Amino acid sequence: MPRSTTELPSPRLTTRDAAAEAVAGIVQRPGRSVLTMLGTVLGVGAFVAVLGLTATGAGQISRQFTVLEDTTVTVEDNGPVNNVAAPGTNPAIGFPADADAVADHINGVAGAGVWWPVSLPDGTNFTGSLALSATASQTVNLLAASPGATAAMGLKLVAGSPLSRYENDTRQHVAMIDTATATALGISPARLASHPAVFVDGIAYTVVGVYSSAQRVVTDESAMLIPEQTALADYGNPEPGIGNQEEAQMIVATRIGAAQAVARQIAAAELPTDPSRLVVTSPSNPQTLQGEVNGDLAGLFLILALVSLLIGAVGIANTTLVAVLERTEEIGLRRAVGARPRHIAAQFLAESTALGTLGGLVGTCIGVATVVIFAAAKDWTAILNPAYTLPAPLIGSVVGLLAGAYPALRAARTSPLAALRSA
Amino acid sequence: MTAPVIELRGLARTYPGSPPVAALRPADLVIEAGDYVAVTGPSGSGKSTLLHLLGLLDAPTEGRYLLDGLDTSALNDRDRSGLRGRRIGFVFQAFHLLPYRTALENVLLAELYNQTPRGDRSQAAVDALDAVGLGHRLDALPTTLSGGECQRVAIARALVNRPSLLLCDEPTGNLDSTNAAALMELLDQLNAAGFTIVVITHDEKVASHAGRMIAISDGVLSERVEVDHA
Repeated sequence: MPRSTTELPSPRLTTRDAAAEAVAGIVQRPGRSVLTMLGTVLGVGAFVAVLGLTATGAGQISRQFTVLEDTTVTVEDNGPVNNVAAPGTNPAIGFPADADAVADHINGVAGAGVWWPVSLPDGTNFTGSLALSATASQTVNLLAASPGATAAMGLKLVAGSPLSRYENDTRQHVAMIDTATATALGISPARLASHPAVFVDGIAYTVVGVYSSAQRVVTDESAMLIPEQTALADYGNPEPGIGNQEEAQMIVATRIGAAQAVARQIAAAELPTDPSRLVVTSPSNPQTLQGEVNGDLAGLFLILALVSLLIGAVGIANTTLVAVLERTEEIGLRRAVGARPRHIAAQFLAESTALGTLGGLVGTCIGVATVVIFAAAKDWTAILNPAYTLPAPLIGSVVGLLAGAYPALRAARTSPLAALRSA
Repeated sequence: MTAPVIELRGLARTYPGSPPVAALRPADLVIEAGDYVAVTGPSGSGKSTLLHLLGLLDAPTEGRYLLDGLDTSALNDRDRSGLRGRRIGFVFQAFHLLPYRTALENVLLAELYNQTPRGDRSQAAVDALDAVGLGHRLDALPTTLSGGECQRVAIARALVNRPSLLLCDEPTGNLDSTNAAALMELLDQLNAAGFTIVVITHDEKVASHAGRMIAISDGVLSERVEVDHA
């Protein structure tokens, strides 16, 4: 029997029912749901992946960068304030005779020494034998270097030994050359025992060591290194002043992370009477530099990820709108069985939000997997910031909610009469 | 004394336009509980307009419509929706079943918005499907059901809330004669069980099942002579 009650019932759609309807709407059309989600999956996946890859890559770049660059401090001799040297001559270099030892006492210094490019007149000949004519000679950069400097330069020896303190102190005519120079001058590294020599405008320097590569200063040029004291005796003091390319310099190799501290101390330690004469150059603060690199890259990729998300949102909005148009009959039916416009809107909003959330979850998983697999393949450490990764699925929810707003409004405004007639 | 299920007092519906179309001219009508009424008329006579007004899917431009004694013209959209969901069961010519949902789920849909406790919904839906002879096809999708079965599911959906009024719009329009006859028999049984039924049709055979026949022509309602129950 039908009821004959006279109470006025109020239609209601509970949150649980709305959620159940949304889930039903999604799982009953799996193909369409997957395609609708695709945009959000790609957007959120790209968001998580690019941020993760940026962090991972920047971490790796910074690590390599700090090892090679952030362990180098250079000190240049800018010359005395009052130059009392005789006209035509240069003042004594700003570094003390025991500069290497003084630097070594600073905590964090791995090796340090003084060097400068020796100024030679044009047409200076470098030959491997006095018998060779000038036309066969080579042009080589002649560098004065203290024993500590050869250590700080990180020379990789292939034969012989580096310049020694004894050779420096006793002003021996000895030299180290790189393999390219040795080849050009016809000197075989394997035959250093026969004491081959390089003649610089007739002055013989016995080759005591041959190096193949260097970490600092002479990294990409042919060079011949002679002891600092020998260079002072043979060629006089170098010209001070930053910018003339010939001033005496100290190269300091530090331990990782010590460059800043060493840079703050070294001028006063080397020249306590006039520390301002020495100009210290240290690498940028590693943390600041790393932050800048990361910040620039992250900003760029964040924009790319946001564009992906926008595309995802347009995809959801478009598909939801099409779904609303396709489901006008269903909308009419729901209105006929008591649904209010707000219930219709809530249902479509819940569906698009659920799709967005699901897309966000799948996208986050794909993004995380991409970063982890990439890092594993490169043997790097995967870096995923929880502040970006954990809320990523919620980005999908927000995208779904916003994208579903207009279609839901359209659905709510659909006249039940028109909807029921459309069938 | 209980109020009539339907009481129309000068109810009219005019569609705006140039010139305005008077789809339903001021009409008075009383349908008591347990009545079985057929509204007949040719195409464009105003049948659908009357159905939409009676089903609270549309609002009149003048007059009053009392459903179970409640003046619906004074109600807001929320209360009209509530009344529609609880007191009126619709049976459409096109069935309007959701194709991705089973027979049971389609019937459950009618209980979604009317505050029926979740625990009670399933049993009521199963009972309604039993009542239309489809208790054995609860999990069938509409695509696997015949036209007659689909219309029975639609009737179960209309019955599940035990409405005061069953509004049928050309219920046999999409059925063959055998299924149509079986469906009319089902409506006869429901009326015998106490349901108030209004069938809108242009099919005299369908109309002949009703105890009362109302003709509509050019928006004007008129009572036809009483016919003997088939």
